[in-house]
Parts: sequence; C-alpha cells; structure tokens
Amino acid sequence: MTAAAIEVQHLTKRFGSFTALDDLSLKIEGAKCVGFLGPNGAGKTTTLKMVTDMIFPTKGECFLNGVSVQSNRKVALSAAGVLIESPEIYPSLTPYEALEMVADVRGVPRAEWKGRIDEVLAEVKMSDWADKKVGRFSKGMKQRINIAAALVHDPQILILDEPATGLDPRGMAEVRTIVRGLKKRNRLIFMSSHILAEVTDVCDEVALIDHGKLRFYDTLPNILSRFSAGQSTIDAAFSRPLAPADVTAQITSLPGVEGVETLDPRRVRIKFSGGLATQENVLKALAGSGLGLVAFNETSSALEEIYLSQIERGD
Amino acid sequence: MAAPTVTPELDSAGAARRLGPTYAQVVKLSRYQIRDYLRSYRYILMFGLVTIIGSILTLAVGYYRPASLISDPLAFYGTLWGGGSVVVIVFAAVIFGGDAIAGEFQNKTGYFLMGLPLRREAIYAGKYLAALVASLTALAFYLVILVANGLYYFGGSAFPWQLGESVVLAIVYLLAVLGATFLFSSLFKTSTYATLVVAVLFLFGFSILQALVTDLAKIEPWFIISYADSIIGNAFLNPYPAHITVTTATRFMPSETVYTPTVAEGVVIMLGYFAVTTLAGLGLFEREEFT
Repeated sequence: MTAAAIEVQHLTKRFGSFTALDDLSLKIEGAKCVGFLGPNGAGKTTTLKMVTDMIFPTKGECFLNGVSVQSNRKVALSAAGVLIESPEIYPSLTPYEALEMVADVRGVPRAEWKGRIDEVLAEVKMSDWADKKVGRFSKGMKQRINIAAALVHDPQILILDEPATGLDPRGMAEVRTIVRGLKKRNRLIFMSSHILAEVTDVCDEVALIDHGKLRFYDTLPNILSRFSAGQSTIDAAFSRPLAPADVTAQITSLPGVEGVETLDPRRVRIKFSGGLATQENVLKALAGSGLGLVAFNETSSALEEIYLSQIERGD
Repeated sequence: MAAPTVTPELDSAGAARRLGPTYAQVVKLSRYQIRDYLRSYRYILMFGLVTIIGSILTLAVGYYRPASLISDPLAFYGTLWGGGSVVVIVFAAVIFGGDAIAGEFQNKTGYFLMGLPLRREAIYAGKYLAALVASLTALAFYLVILVANGLYYFGGSAFPWQLGESVVLAIVYLLAVLGATFLFSSLFKTSTYATLVVAVLFLFGFSILQALVTDLAKIEPWFIISYADSIIGNAFLNPYPAHITVTTATRFMPSETVYTPTVAEGVVIMLGYFAVTTLAGLGLFEREEFT
C-alpha cells in the first residue's frame, strides 16, 4: 500500500477567536507541481507551517509519505525539503557551511556532501559566493541559499512558501527553471505563491483557499475550462491605432469571436470560443486583414480572472 | 501516459537510520552552533571580559601583595576563583545562552532549523550543549589566568586538590545557570528580556532574596541558588564551616544564625535548579509556535 506524499486531514487552526484554517483536507500524490493560492491571510502559510510542524493544529493532522508530522516530525520531515517564511541563516556561516549543516543533519553520506552542495549552489547561481559569510548577503541571495538548503538532500517532496520572495526577475525565472527540473526528476512540489503567471507557468494543479477554506483543488486545465465556460482570451496588438469601425467590422464579426475589449487604441482583448481551431482562424484573419497585426498572445489573465471571481464570491 | 509517482518512504526505520540517533543530531547541531559562536562578536566579548577580570585581579594582587592571599594557595583560590568564577559563569551563560532560543524567533533563524528533521528537544539540547561548551572554554580561560598567577606565587604548590573539587562544583553551577538562562530564553521571544532577567537575577536578585530570607524569615535559604553557589568558594576552607552556626548575643548585636550549605546540599540545590529549569524550558519550547 502506498501513502499520499502530502495529506492533511481536517486541519483546523484557531488563534483565539480567529479561525485561520477551517477543516482543510487535501491529498496530494504523484510527481508534479501544485500551486497553493489564496489572498493574504487566507491560511496558506498557516497550512504549510502545520505541514512542517512549525505551528500546531487546533484539530486535524498532517502526513508526509504516510508519517504523521505531529507525532514523528523527525521521520516525516526527512523526505521533504522545506522553505517557509524566508528564514535567516546564521550570519557567520558561509553558504557552503550552512548547506553542510543541512546535509549533515539530514544524514546525507559525508562522501556526497561536496558534490551535492556544489550542485545545488550552481543550481541557484551562488557558486561564486560559496565561501563568503551569509551575514553580508542581500535578501535575494539569502533566499537562493534557502532554496539550495531545501534541495541539498535531493528530497522527494518540496514544500515552498512563496519561494520567489525577494528575488529579482532573473531569480524568479530561475526558480521556475528549478521547479521544472524537479518535476522532470519525479519530485512533488507544493508551492504557495502570489504570482499567478508563475503558477500558470509551472504548476500542474492548483489549490485555492480563502478565509481558511478550500475553494477548489484540480488540474490547471480543468480549472480553466470549468470556470471560464470554454471561453479563451487573447491579446492582439497592432502597429497603428484601430478605428472603432475596424474593430466591429473585422474582428467582432469573425466566427467564434464573442467579444472584443479595447485596451488602448493599438491593443484589443478578444474573447472567443472554439478552442485552438478558432484561435488559428482568428490569427489568420487578423494577419491578412491589413490592420497591422504585430502581436498575438494568449492572455495570462485567465487564472487571475478565476482567482478574483472565486475570492470575490468568498467575500 | 500514467503519471509518475513519488516513491513513498514508508520505511520509517530506514529514514530514522539514515538520520541517526537523536543524540548524534544534538552533537551535530551543537558543532555548527559552536562554529557560529567562535566567529561571532560574543566570543570576543566573553574572552575580553575574562581578560579584563583576570588582568584586574592579577594587577591588584601583584601591586598590593596581600599577605593573606599570597602566602596561602587555599586562600588565594578561595578568594579569586570562589568569587570570580561565579561572575564569569553568569556572564558566559548570558552571552552564550541569553538569545539561544529567543534569538531563533527574533532573528528568524528558527525557520531554517525547524524545517530540518530534528526533534524539538534535539534543537534545544544541541543549543544547550553548544552554550555549555562555549561557557566552559571561557571558564577554562579564567582558570588558566589564575593558575598562572598561582604558579608565580606558589610554584609547585599551585594545584591544591580543592581546586579540582571547586572546578567541578563550578561546572555544576554552570549547568544550573545555563538551565535557567535557557528557560528565560524560551519564555521570551526577545533576546534582550531573557538576557536582562538572567543577569539581574544571578548577579543581584538571588543574593538580595537570600539576604531577605535569612534575615527576615530566619530560615535556611536552601531553595535559593546563590546560597548553594557559596560551596564553590567554601571548598577551599579548612576546616569546612559548620552547617549551622549560632553566634552569641552581645550587648550590641543579637544572636544570629548563619547557614552554610554542605557540599552535598549545594550540589543537590544546583542540580535541582538545572533539572527544573531545563524541563520547564524544554516544555515551553516544545509548545512554542513559529507564527
């Protein structure tokens, strides 16, 4: 019998009279990336902290690979790499020493330390800083070391709380590359994030919580089709301003197009049904229309619209 | 294509074997903690303080050359080690232990440790062990300064056996003070409060309490650690003072009862403090939330 990699059962957390998490149950299996979404105060970090035994549930229990985190944190956390709340590292240690401590405590064979540490430092682009004291690092650099610390024992499960916090755009892109690499190596990543584009880019499944309650948990394609009622959206840009008549005559009238929104004189957002076939036809038509089409992109706002609609419903 | 699955690590025994026993994790953690201490300002501060205390005593004895001290090794160590070691221990406990637990919350380093597969008691014990080792090195440094003085004044007679006994008693006292320091460090999530409370309690608080209990309540202050720590200096007295001494009343002074802890009694009190404060501190840390 196999156990789910991450399972939370009826998890409830109250701080006085405030209920931060209300009877959350979630079972995550397989090798994939699961995005954990929700507004500030929704209960994301509270959930992840209970999954890693940093705070205690008022009710319920968390399991990693079938081992109760609350009863046996030592064994339960052995298979997981954890990054919660952008931790600080002892300032007098170097990244190499901090990672050596993690490898040592996690029981990585001593012969493998150097290879593993060099590998993860290269992965987070911190090899050149391996022997400098962490105390002098910027927030983003420390976060890179924290990500390396979560990876150093090559864990089966990664629990990441907003890993891109404090990182520059290049760092954010690198986090996405790391997550994609982990997925290829059959790892499970459970990641909270505020960056919907990041979630759309790397996550296979999404769990949304709000006011401590789970709104939905499903695969990303299922969520998009369920909540957008089969409608797709693209943004198109043109080399010159469009006249309203052009929009009506040449875009709105195209087969499958259900609405056109003018974003600015040179850009429009087109809503259509019919999937990829319609999208192909719309592109062909606009390219041959003489309107001066210069860009045609799938909008990244689909998940955002669903997110906002679900959060508003909760309010 | 079927989704690949994570291989569940249901073999708890295998995971536990790879991680090693908890005591081994305690030692590992303390090793890195000591490395942090060695490189931080606190080690320089502690050794600076010991150097200052040792230098002042060396210069004072060398300049005034008090006959009562430089003619008798027991009196020399009884005064300089018996009095000074207690102060060094309190400073060491405050400097190495004051923020040991509180600092994990205040500086957010706890989030780094808490993600590791360590039992909470292993974290507590590892940090305690590191603070103990660091404090012992400071105490040893103070001892080296005094022994160097002793060798100068007494030559081959510089190592009375009572010094060994007193050093052991000082180590027991260090266990107790560190236990209390860790308790307050667990109680407060701010290092300053923990440091301040321990310093005030051990440098003045317990002594004032002891005086009040003895003078006003007229009972043996067996429950106060400053009463117990007097055995560190008393170890050099020959003969060892009686447990209870009643002075004769005079025209100007009423009769007075003076209590002196026996070595066994002092050790029991100090070990009692160590046990109670360690268990209480650990109990608090086990329930602390990293919110």
